Amino acid sequence: MSSLAHYPGVVMPTVEEEIWRYSRIEELNLDTYVAGSVVNHVDAPSDVASIVTQGAAVGECGVAMPIPVDAFAEINAIHCSGAHADIITVKTARGKSYASPVVITRTLSVSGVLAAPRLIIDAAENSEVTVVEHFLSSDDISSLIAPVVEIRAAQSARVTYIAINELGNKTWKIAHQQSLGERDSTTRLFTVALGGDYARVRTEARLVGVGATTQQVALYFADKTQMHDFRTLQTHIAPRTSSDLLFKGAVQDTAKSVYTGLIRIEHEAHGSQAYQTNRNLTLSHGAWAESVPNLEIETNDVKCSHASTVGPIDDEQRFYLESRGIHPDIAERLVVLGFFNEVLERLPQIDVVSGLRAKVAAKLHAGAQ
Amino acid sequence: MSTLKIENLVAGIPGKQILNGINLTLNSGEVHAIMGPNGAGKSTLSGVVMGKPGYVVHSGSVTLDGVDLLALPAWERAQAGLHLSMQYPTEVPGVHLDDVIREAYASRGRNTSTLDAEIVAEAARIHFDMALVERSMNVDLSGGEKKRNETLQLALLKPKFAILDELDSGLDIDALRDCARRVEAATQEDNLGVLVITHYARLLEELRPDVVHILAAGKIVKSGGPELADELETTGYAGLTQ
Repeated sequence: MSSLAHYPGVVMPTVEEEIWRYSRIEELNLDTYVAGSVVNHVDAPSDVASIVTQGAAVGECGVAMPIPVDAFAEINAIHCSGAHADIITVKTARGKSYASPVVITRTLSVSGVLAAPRLIIDAAENSEVTVVEHFLSSDDISSLIAPVVEIRAAQSARVTYIAINELGNKTWKIAHQQSLGERDSTTRLFTVALGGDYARVRTEARLVGVGATTQQVALYFADKTQMHDFRTLQTHIAPRTSSDLLFKGAVQDTAKSVYTGLIRIEHEAHGSQAYQTNRNLTLSHGAWAESVPNLEIETNDVKCSHASTVGPIDDEQRFYLESRGIHPDIAERLVVLGFFNEVLERLPQIDVVSGLRAKVAAKLHAGAQ
Repeated sequence: MSTLKIENLVAGIPGKQILNGINLTLNSGEVHAIMGPNGAGKSTLSGVVMGKPGYVVHSGSVTLDGVDLLALPAWERAQAGLHLSMQYPTEVPGVHLDDVIREAYASRGRNTSTLDAEIVAEAARIHFDMALVERSMNVDLSGGEKKRNETLQLALLKPKFAILDELDSGLDIDALRDCARRVEAATQEDNLGVLVITHYARLLEELRPDVVHILAAGKIVKSGGPELADELETTGYAGLTQ
C-alpha cells in the first residue's frame, strides 16, 4: 500500500481488514479532494458561552484519543496542526451543571473538499453538559467529512453528546467518536444518521475508571443508494463498569447498512456489565443490512448480553393494525416510527431533537401523503 | 339491520384443510357463541373471516350485507364493519393506542377532534388504567389488561360485527365482567352483532348468547339456544359431538 500524496505516512485501509469489511472504502479516491473546511455555527446560550472555544490549539487534542486509531483519525490529526485546523473545545468547570445544550452546526458548503473538524469535550469532575454536533450539506455537495469527537468525563462527570447527520446524498462521512469515562462518570453517545452517501461512524466508549457507565444509542435510516456503516466498541478496562448499547436502523430502496459491534471486557474489569442490541428493518426487497455482534471477555464475574436482528416488518404487527381498518402503507409507517420511538424517547428533549421524528416520517415511502 | 353470512366455508392452512363447510348467519344486535374443543377450528374461523395472512380459502363465501369480504384485504374488511378482538393481541412496540385509533378513525373519514375525550370516557367504562393507554400497544400488559385494551378499541371503533376470539382466555373475573358487559352494552347501544368464540361456558354467563353453535372437526355439529352452553357444562364436548 502506498502513502497518500497529501497525507504523507497515511496508508489507506482495505476491505481485507475486518473493521473495514463490507465498507465502501475502495470507492474512495482521496486524490480527488483538496483539504478544506466546514462552516461552523455555535449556538451557546449565556450559561454555556464561556465554556466553548472555537479555534483552539492543537495541544488540546488527545484527551480521549491520544493516538489516532486509523487512517481517517490520522488525517484529522494532520488537519488539526495545519492550515485547515478546526478545533472546538467544550471545557466545563468542576462541579457545575449546564442547563443549556451547546449546539454546534457544521455545514459543508463546497464540493471537492476533505474537511476534518475536531470537537473536544472535556468535562471536569462532577460537572454535567450536553453537546450537539449537527452535520449538514445540501444534495449538490460532493465532499468528504472526517470529523473526530473526543470526550473525557472526569470523576462523576455526566456528558451527553448527540451527533446528527443530515448531510446531502453526495457527501461522504467517515467519523470517529471516542469517549473516556473516569471513575463513576456517565457518558452518553447518541447518533442520528439520516443523510450522506456513504456515512460511517466508528464509536468507542472506553471505561477506564471504577464504576463508570456509558450508553451508545443510534437511529439510522438509509434510502435510495445510501449506506450507513457503524463500528462500535464498548471497552471495559476498570472494574464494575457498565455499558449499554442500542442501535436501531432501517434500510429502504437499495440502501445498505452495516453494524459491527465489539464488547471487550479486559482482564481487570471484573464485576462489569455490558449489553448490546442491534435491530434492523429491511423495508424493500433490494435493501440490505448486515449485523455482526462480538464479545471478547478476559475475566470472570461479568454480565453480558447481545442481540441482533435483521428482517422485514413483522407480518403479525402489520395485520394487527390492518385489522383496525388502517391502510397497509400507514400501518407500515406506524410500525417503523414505533420501532424508532425506543431510540427517540431516550434522546434528551431539546429543540434540535424534537423535529427528528418528523424527518424520519418524511423519509418513509410508506404512507407518504 | 346488517347481516354477516358465512356459507359453506372450506378453508385451512397450506396443506391442511381445517374448516369443512361452515354455515352461519349473524344479524345486528345478536350474540352467537361458537364453542368447541381444542383443534376444532375456532381460531382458524376468526382468522379466515378477518383475512389474517397464512390461511387458504378453498370454497364458500363470507359476506357482510352482500359485500364479498373474502375478496377484500383485512383493512377493507375492517372498514366494511368487521372487527376482530384477538386471542393473543400482538405487541407493536413504540405504537400507542391513540396513534392507532386516530389512524383508524381517519381511514374511515371520522372526526378525530374529540378522540382524546372519547378514549378517557371509554377507558373509565371498562376500568382500563389511563396510564396504560400511554404504553406501547400490548407491550408489558397483563392478560387482563390486553383484553381490556382490545375491548376499548372495539368500543371506540363501533364496528357492525365483532368476532371475539377467546376473549376469556387468561382473564381474571373482574376483567372478564368488565369486557363482557361492555360488549353486551354495544349490542344494545350500537346494535353490534357478536360472534364470540370460546372454549368455556364461563364467558357466556356475562355475555348471554342468542344462539350457541358447537364446532367440532371444522363443522358446526349442533346449534341451539343458551341452554346448549349449560348442557355442555354437564356433558362435555364428547357428549355433544358424537
